[in-house]
Amino acid sequence: MNTYTTRRVSRLALHTSRLTRYALLLFPLLFLALFYFYPLTAIFGASFAGSAWADVTARLFSTTTLRVLGFTFGQATLSTALTLLLGLPGAYVFARYEFPGKALLQALATVPFVLPTVVVAAAFTALLGSYSPLRYTLGAILLAHVFYNMTLVLRMVGGFWANLDPRLEEAARTLGASPWRAFREVTLPLLAPALGAAALLVFVFCFTSFGVILILGGPRFATLEVEIYRQTIAFANLPLAAALGLVQLLITLALTLTYTRLQARLARPLELRPQWATQRRPHKPTEIALLLATVTLLGLLLAVPPLTLVARSFDGGLRYYAALFENPRRSIFYVPPIAAVWNSVRFALATMALALLLGLLTSLALYRQRQSWLLDALFMLPLGTSAVTLGLGYLLSMSRPPLALRGTPLLIICGHTLVALPFVVRSLLPALHSIRPTLREAAATLGAPPARVFVEVDLPIIQRALAVGGVFAFTVSMGEFGATSMIARPELPTLPLAIYRFLSLPGAVNYGQALAMSTILMAVCVVGFVAMEQLRPPGMQTF
Amino acid sequence: MKRSILLLAVIFLLAGCAAPTPAGPQTLRVMTHDSFSVSEDVIAAFEAEHHVTVQFLKAGDAGTMLNQAILSKDSPQADVLYGVDNTFLSRALEAGIFIPYKAQGLDQGFDAYQLDPEYRVAPVDFGDVCLNYDKAYFAEHALAIPQSLADLTRPEYKGLLVVENPASSSPGLAFLIATIGVFGEEGYLDYWRALRANDVRVVEGWDTAYYTEFSGGAYSEGTRPLVVSYATSPAAEVYFSEGALTEPPTGAITAPGTCFRQIEFAGILKGTQNQELAQAFIEFLLSAPFQSDIPFQMWVFPISHEIKLPDSPFTHYAEIADSPVSVPYTSIEQHRERWIQEWTEVVLR
Repeated sequence: MNTYTTRRVSRLALHTSRLTRYALLLFPLLFLALFYFYPLTAIFGASFAGSAWADVTARLFSTTTLRVLGFTFGQATLSTALTLLLGLPGAYVFARYEFPGKALLQALATVPFVLPTVVVAAAFTALLGSYSPLRYTLGAILLAHVFYNMTLVLRMVGGFWANLDPRLEEAARTLGASPWRAFREVTLPLLAPALGAAALLVFVFCFTSFGVILILGGPRFATLEVEIYRQTIAFANLPLAAALGLVQLLITLALTLTYTRLQARLARPLELRPQWATQRRPHKPTEIALLLATVTLLGLLLAVPPLTLVARSFDGGLRYYAALFENPRRSIFYVPPIAAVWNSVRFALATMALALLLGLLTSLALYRQRQSWLLDALFMLPLGTSAVTLGLGYLLSMSRPPLALRGTPLLIICGHTLVALPFVVRSLLPALHSIRPTLREAAATLGAPPARVFVEVDLPIIQRALAVGGVFAFTVSMGEFGATSMIARPELPTLPLAIYRFLSLPGAVNYGQALAMSTILMAVCVVGFVAMEQLRPPGMQTF
Repeated sequence: MKRSILLLAVIFLLAGCAAPTPAGPQTLRVMTHDSFSVSEDVIAAFEAEHHVTVQFLKAGDAGTMLNQAILSKDSPQADVLYGVDNTFLSRALEAGIFIPYKAQGLDQGFDAYQLDPEYRVAPVDFGDVCLNYDKAYFAEHALAIPQSLADLTRPEYKGLLVVENPASSSPGLAFLIATIGVFGEEGYLDYWRALRANDVRVVEGWDTAYYTEFSGGAYSEGTRPLVVSYATSPAAEVYFSEGALTEPPTGAITAPGTCFRQIEFAGILKGTQNQELAQAFIEFLLSAPFQSDIPFQMWVFPISHEIKLPDSPFTHYAEIADSPVSVPYTSIEQHRERWIQEWTEVVLR
């Protein structure tokens, strides 16, 4: 009797859970269909219509393409390795130690993510000097990729690490393992899911890198994305551009599939601990030395270049800031700085809300499913899609019924969310996978309905991962330029758009205003990040 | 909890589908590139006169804009397109996106720039892509200003020049075309080999060239005193110094056979529902109020030479090239890809 009831209950649970899963996925999939696959089909359809296939395939399998592909892979691999290597000590320090100025440093480390490449190039030039042999080399590309993506490792790995039980490693040490062995055999395997997620994102980012390659690497270097842009804009060879875009997409898909298959094996339920139990102030001299060294490295690499820009924006006193508020030429496209800030913040908050909502639904559906790797990979695709291809797809498909959304703020928010969603999902899944099923079962046995189990068990544990995902969604939207420049109405410019507008004319005031606007962009982001760190719902401080 | 999430999602998506579609009958849509600008009162006067709202669609740089117009030619997204230049004109005309309209304004003697005999586009403004130099550097080193493209390969100018990549930059392409116009298809690659041997630096775009590599601008970071920019850049340096400068720190080299002239055109897009208004808008672009507004908004010259511009740094320091290099626009589109690819092999590989 007893056995029978249990089995019936579990079958019922299984049934409802499958239903819930589909219900959960309904909106994310609908979103993806409307704002990703629909525009992508539109542009691919238009590009391939009536094209000469023989020519396209001949060009696609040429040595030029192979060379570009080789370079794209090579630089992305090197960049990812370097970012992980330099990011891990920082992630460790953020995860394990309490120290003054930690929140501010973490916020500053995220600032590079939003900075326009031209501005960053100017900062690096000012720091390195115009005669530095590093300029226009592979080294410059790698340095810039580390600069931009370090925060992914710091936040995603650091965030996960902060909840790992330090007693596991301590136990290994007590049993006689060296610190290195304890790290390698205990901590590293436990960190693997978060490390893998961060590595995947960094790799895809560098793989599709565009501005960094062009501006800091110089015209000698070309990634697939650069080649797609050139074929589209300079040569109007849309069939070849689309074919290259497809190649880039398939590689992203293959990479993500490999990762998601791997992730299923790497992920294991963990006894996660709240941060008060895992973090402490450093006391041993070696700890203090490590902390100081790491903080100095991070400061030099991540905080100094942006601060150079801030300093230079005040070169003319407040002159450039004052100039932002004037429209002496009475241009109809003049952007009052307050309006640009307001537009950017508005879009970023809406993007964050939508990305968190869709990301949460997606992650909840995906981690329950055994064969979720294909679906999982689907949600990574937008990140591996050529921005110029998708941008043209948006222009084409969103300017006519049934989705005539061009120029509406909603389209910008949806476009930003598309890019932000992978960050939220990648951040949430490792956390969800780490929850012991017994916790949920215990709660269910005690009579909690599924929604209550989610609120009482899952939510507190994934809360930090949600915050990390939220920060990235916010950041992605604040810094996005390419797609926005194509789909935004000129009356609704964002901060990056305003910066680029100033940089298109010569003269001190234009450059000064671009620096002032960049400083404002950084300030808004830092305030946003610090606020997000503080704004934890009450009673959820534990994790 | 879950239900409320679902509810929220529904609201979000409904809001998405129910978004309003703009463009009533009395809206004129003008597709243009990112660098376009116009004064508030000038456009307001047109709107008042024709009881119309002008809506500008900015679609990225000039190349992206044209691609978009061509891709959507079956259901055009705008009535008028403004900003195709002579390097892209052939592509636009071959794609058949415009309907002919012979503007009244063109009879008044400023149709020297009317390149299309069928009047599918009207010339509106022009700008000369010319070398700019750092006055202080040349004075300090008692160096003569180069007076021809060939001069640039001489040893005294070694390591001084920065140019933009023609594959991605519009002044970069203009400069490449100028070298082809001067040295011919048979000679331009040798010229670039010589430039490369003379340590020319190639960067991706104008902003990097001007702000990061060039040494002359008030805020330029770089070390190279020669850059490919515009003949109006020195004037902009003065204007945008807000009174800090009365003399430009840079100069434009406008000697014969050193510059390339970019002419920008506007045309009525095939499939427009507002043909009369679109025609009125083309006339407006050629009328005195808009023509005299062009220099201060976009730092290029109005196509009409009858326009009297008010006294300003623009009238004092903006220069017009002295017989720029001429290359037929039809040949530009025809050879562009091969030229750029050959150039890439010689200069970058």
